[in-house]
Amino acid sequence: MRGMGRSLLPFTGKRMDQAELRRLENQCIQEEPPQCVAACPLHVDVKQFCSLMAARRIDKAWGVLAKTLPLPGVLARLCDGPCKAQCVRKDAGGAIEIDGLERFCADAAKPVGPPRPLPPRRKSVAVLGGGLTGLCAAWEMVRRGFGVTLYCAEPGRDLAALSESILPKGVLARELDGLRAMGAAVEEGAEPTPDLLESLLEEKDAVFADADDLPEAMRDFGEPDEITLGTRVTGLFASRAGETSAVFRAAAGRRAANSIERFTQGVSMVTGREQEGPYPTRLFTSLDKVQSVPPIIADGLYTEAQAREEAGRCLQCECMECVKTCEYLKHYQYYPKVYARQIYNNESIVMGTRQANTMINSCMLCGLCETVCPEDFSMADVCLEARRSMVERGKMPPSAHEFALRDMAFANGPKCVLARHAPGADASGYVFFPGCQLTASDPGGVEAAYGDLLDRLGDVGLLLHCCGAPARWSGREALFEESLAGLRSAWESLGNPKIIAACPTCIKTLKSGLADAEIVSHWSVLRALGLPEGAEGGTAALAVNDPCAARHDAALREDVRALLEQAGASLAEPELTGEYTECCGFGGLLSEADPELGRRVAEHRAAAREEDFVTYCVMCRDMIAKTGKRAMHCFDLLYPRAEDPAARPSPGYSARRENRVRLREDLLKRLWKEDAGNGSEPFEDVEVGFTDQAASVMEERRILKSDVQKVLLRARETGKRFVHGGTGHFLASHRPVVVTYWVEFEERGNGYLVHNAWSHRMRVKGGKA
Amino acid sequence: MSVIKVPEADAAGWRCAACGEELVPRAVELEYLDSVFNVELPACPRCGMVFIPESLALGKMNQVERLLEDK
Ligand code: SF4
Ligand code: SF4
Ligand code: SF4
Ligand SMILES: [Zn+2]
Repeated sequence: MRGMGRSLLPFTGKRMDQAELRRLENQCIQEEPPQCVAACPLHVDVKQFCSLMAARRIDKAWGVLAKTLPLPGVLARLCDGPCKAQCVRKDAGGAIEIDGLERFCADAAKPVGPPRPLPPRRKSVAVLGGGLTGLCAAWEMVRRGFGVTLYCAEPGRDLAALSESILPKGVLARELDGLRAMGAAVEEGAEPTPDLLESLLEEKDAVFADADDLPEAMRDFGEPDEITLGTRVTGLFASRAGETSAVFRAAAGRRAANSIERFTQGVSMVTGREQEGPYPTRLFTSLDKVQSVPPIIADGLYTEAQAREEAGRCLQCECMECVKTCEYLKHYQYYPKVYARQIYNNESIVMGTRQANTMINSCMLCGLCETVCPEDFSMADVCLEARRSMVERGKMPPSAHEFALRDMAFANGPKCVLARHAPGADASGYVFFPGCQLTASDPGGVEAAYGDLLDRLGDVGLLLHCCGAPARWSGREALFEESLAGLRSAWESLGNPKIIAACPTCIKTLKSGLADAEIVSHWSVLRALGLPEGAEGGTAALAVNDPCAARHDAALREDVRALLEQAGASLAEPELTGEYTECCGFGGLLSEADPELGRRVAEHRAAAREEDFVTYCVMCRDMIAKTGKRAMHCFDLLYPRAEDPAARPSPGYSARRENRVRLREDLLKRLWKEDAGNGSEPFEDVEVGFTDQAASVMEERRILKSDVQKVLLRARETGKRFVHGGTGHFLASHRPVVVTYWVEFEERGNGYLVHNAWSHRMRVKGGKA
Repeated sequence: MSVIKVPEADAAGWRCAACGEELVPRAVELEYLDSVFNVELPACPRCGMVFIPESLALGKMNQVERLLEDK
């Protein structure tokens, strides 16, 4: 159940093959039978039966029993419920009283006729001895299309002594009628004798002997084989004498029927018989959140209300552990066993639509499923491998991750990247690595934190770069390597200092990508140094949110809590926390693949607690803040600057870029007395404002201010634009690279006010749009 | 190839600012990922500038783009 947290899959980029599919399908146990079904010697679908009984569909419930039990009217009344010993409910009040329910059902349901036998197979068999075992064997064989003759003194002789309250009169007779109706011949008064046996062996294809209904002297065929019930005599199968449980007698009859079927077909008598009779099942069902409810015990038969209530205690056992905790898995309505097949099919398509692309691209790669799964199934591994293979084969939809990758390229571009020793120093023992999202969301926090490290630690350099996580998440391993190479050379240019990383995703990514670097978390450094001056713990209790990247980093989670507590914060834990934490919806680039689902995931997380959130991943902070929930990053408490940081809105995509650029400029100017030397590009001088409506649709449509500026510049240069007769608004378009942007605007002095913007990827052939 | 008409491509009220012309339907080729479609879209009869309204870009065009990406 504990996930291994394998963040680094061996990269193959290959399609899932049949063997891998089978391995995955076998790993997810959701479709394994429930404990009761596996423990039932006849494998009655107890779960289905209980569900129908609880829904008061008693006749239907009877159908479930009658389809599996031989002589159902008899068996349903005589079974003592050996499945109860395995029922998962036993540890939450007591096992389901399945035997009582079956008795009630047998009594209350409308009787049904016997099952329709399979087409005749032109094999004739004899059953010698008509105790319950013999009757069941005859039932099972006639169902399968054997010609069956039953020889006995009196059918069901061993049941005759049962009281009316256990087996009411007429029940046995009705089932014997059923047996005959299916085509079995019943030779009553045929007391088994050695001569009879001998002639039957001669004449029939096989013989089954009910050992409990044979005279002692006739049982000289030795103890029948446990698996086949075969005897020393070829063609003679027999039950083992002395079985007292009705349902196990019936199971012996079925086992004999299976053996005789194999025998007459000339196939192996032993292979693949592990699931006859009770067998262990791998299905796991959690009792978490299940209230203990005692069974309903009745003196005689249940009343209908009692039966319904008792059946209602059935847990309808299944696994679904991962689906219960993951909004993404829930959204697609099945479970990983099914998803594995859908992904396999998606990868196998040569012509046609790949239906599972969005599903594959929507997993947050957060690792929660693997942590909760009793079999350690990692949907993240499956989806990441599938993405890599899509990229490798050129099948990744171009739009899927483009925006995020453009943002990464920007963060790794000349306007954002910085590698410097501490001001005035020419070597670095440490280098601070805040990561590209913290610089984008809270540049002030990064400045404060870096200033603090300079004050208290001294020789700390600064490295502004992206860790490459977006490339990795998108399945673009080559791009990830390229980003890493840039990062590595910047790090090496500083003399391979110890890296102080603040973002949990950076920490995780760098630990695997820069394996030779020593990486410490900013939080562990602060814990060692003591709180920065001015740190605050907040006034009210805070819900601490572990980012999914910290799932397997207990030390990191501990450091953060210790720091916050030192600062005086009182912390509350969400239900899913620590190793079991939930992703905010940013992980794995879900918000790119399916923004709507990303938002729902964030909302779900935000609702996990009443208190304001505090977290140490700025993307968690921003994702949760976007839902309207109050949320802080630890920097807000450790380096307090603003009045009410929990209310700070998440900066938009354009602001994030500008924040990174400005941070670099400010730091260079203030600490290193240098000019950033960002020659501004012409479009950047276009003065532009946005209506609220325009700003909001641009955010949703992933259109940047710079995209709009490029359109406006182009329109200004070429004079190409439309004008609206009513509003006087202008409309212009431009395609900088692979997306065409349209901007509706009016002129305002030297600049523009933008009213709307949209984009498309199709291009007008031969045209500019 | 037959020309696809798109009723969403409504250019009501817009005209070409440079030429001062009202827009008229014109057959243009739209291409994406090696697929080409002949579509009738409003365009300036003089300079040929093609108009793609918001509803078309976010509706039909987006659907077709996604479909082609999943092929
Ligand atoms: S709770 Fe219901 S489904 Fe689960 S083992 Fe018991 S009877 Fe079967
Ligand atoms: S989002 Fe997380 S929990 Fe859900 S399937 Fe992906 S890795 Fe597993
Ligand atoms: S937790 Fe999920 S993946 Fe694991 S066995 Fe259960 S349903 Fe399957
Ligand atoms: Zn024109």
